[in-house]
Amino acid sequence: MNLVSTTERFGNFIINTTEQWGRSWIFLYRTLVALIKPPYRPFLYLQQLMMIGVNSTLVIALIGLFTGAVLAVQGEYTLAKFGATAYTGPAVALSLIRELGPVLTALMLIGRAGSAVTAELGIMRITEQVDALRSMAVDPIKYLMAPRLAAGLIAMPFLCAIFNVVGIFGGYCVAVGLLGLSSGTFMSEMTSAVGLVDVKSGFIKSAVFGLIFGWVSCYKGYTCGFGAQGVNKATTQSVVTASVAVLIVDYFLTSVLTRVFMD
Amino acid sequence: MISVRNVHKRFGPQVVLDGVSIEIEPGKTTTVVGPSGVGKSVLLKLIMGIMTPDAGEIYIGGDNITKAKSEAAKNEVRKQLGVLFQSAALFDSLTIYDNIAFPLLERSRLSASKTHSKVLAIAESLSLGPYLSNYPEQVSIGIRKRVGMARALITEPKVLLVDEPNTGLDPLDGQEVYDLINACKNQWGFTGLVISHELPEVFQVSERVAMILGGKIIAEGTPAEMIASTDPAVQQFLNGRTDGPIKIQ
Repeated sequence: MNLVSTTERFGNFIINTTEQWGRSWIFLYRTLVALIKPPYRPFLYLQQLMMIGVNSTLVIALIGLFTGAVLAVQGEYTLAKFGATAYTGPAVALSLIRELGPVLTALMLIGRAGSAVTAELGIMRITEQVDALRSMAVDPIKYLMAPRLAAGLIAMPFLCAIFNVVGIFGGYCVAVGLLGLSSGTFMSEMTSAVGLVDVKSGFIKSAVFGLIFGWVSCYKGYTCGFGAQGVNKATTQSVVTASVAVLIVDYFLTSVLTRVFMD
Repeated sequence: MISVRNVHKRFGPQVVLDGVSIEIEPGKTTTVVGPSGVGKSVLLKLIMGIMTPDAGEIYIGGDNITKAKSEAAKNEVRKQLGVLFQSAALFDSLTIYDNIAFPLLERSRLSASKTHSKVLAIAESLSLGPYLSNYPEQVSIGIRKRVGMARALITEPKVLLVDEPNTGLDPLDGQEVYDLINACKNQWGFTGLVISHELPEVFQVSERVAMILGGKIIAEGTPAEMIASTDPAVQQFLNGRTDGPIKIQ
């Protein structure tokens, strides 16, 4: 009896997971198609860029500043053991541009804006605003999801660039101002170590993370359950799923991009 | 105008609608009544094309919405509809003016000045003038219902669907919504389908009434015929008794 019910539960879990996975891909496909097809509503896109991108700038810059500062302190401490403090600049810049910039920007944006997107869409769903759109012959995927997905895709690389620049500035201030490294050494070693491939790699990562951000936060909001508990659950799932997805995808992207750009 | 033919809908093992058929003539209003959870709102969503029936067909003005495969095809049928939702379902991020103008901006190719004058005209006739620059959360539920009605009627739809018109309203506001429906019907002459469990108040906006129970239409007729019905379930529901064939869930 127990074996049967356990098998049944396991089977249900597999079926539900596969169904969810399939639905989320169909959702992504429909949203991407909606992005391309007219009518275009530029105001909605600008509004979402403002909410997701511009309004996140300050917190991203702040996190970037202190991440760069911490990297300089840790880098200088580690490199001093090998008598290589001159490489503090490259250590800070490469860590930020290749890895920490895209990942931390994505995690911050998911926490700040992704949760808000899911909660907003979830509330719209449970208060029948999504049904109202459909009843008025307006496609909610096009009207609500496409602008948010596009805003995530566009904002993430820009925010990542801001994170990197401010982070390098923070690292520079600490390394030169507090740890006594020469400004020339920091800048010259950094500019000779950092190449376009590093910037490209970081840019590709942040664009993919932007897609994950928009996809997960919109899908979880759009498929939100009933009541306050449904919105609560969807928001939590959105943040957790998107964050975990970013970290998993980051590993595979890093492996692939390192190979591609090394060749 | 609206023809629901032998519609079936189930969610997993639960049968919600089991062969429901309703015919609504042009210009007439039918109210579907029944206890909570019998599938009244599901029926409304099927008519809107938001859900798809497992079997059966639904025609709106001769167009079969159940046969429309794509959202675009469904949207063509939906252009005949105006819907007043239970909670009005106004868009929180838009002002009342923008909420009313929304269907025109999305569905018609009217110039900005014509859109503006239409919004002002309908706002005037529904006494919404002073609230146009407010956001939905800044006004009472009664006013939100009026805004929902203005939004539903601004495109001059052939069919008006109303879901639980006076849920959450006090008796005065509730009566105001019924008066509003009647006034709008006289002015715009739509075909109406009202979903409600408020009896007998809802009879004042209905030419016909259908009672749904156990997934089926168990009684149908004019309000007077329903009041005179000898069906024990109808009488139990009309009189709000707990004893009878309808089991309290």
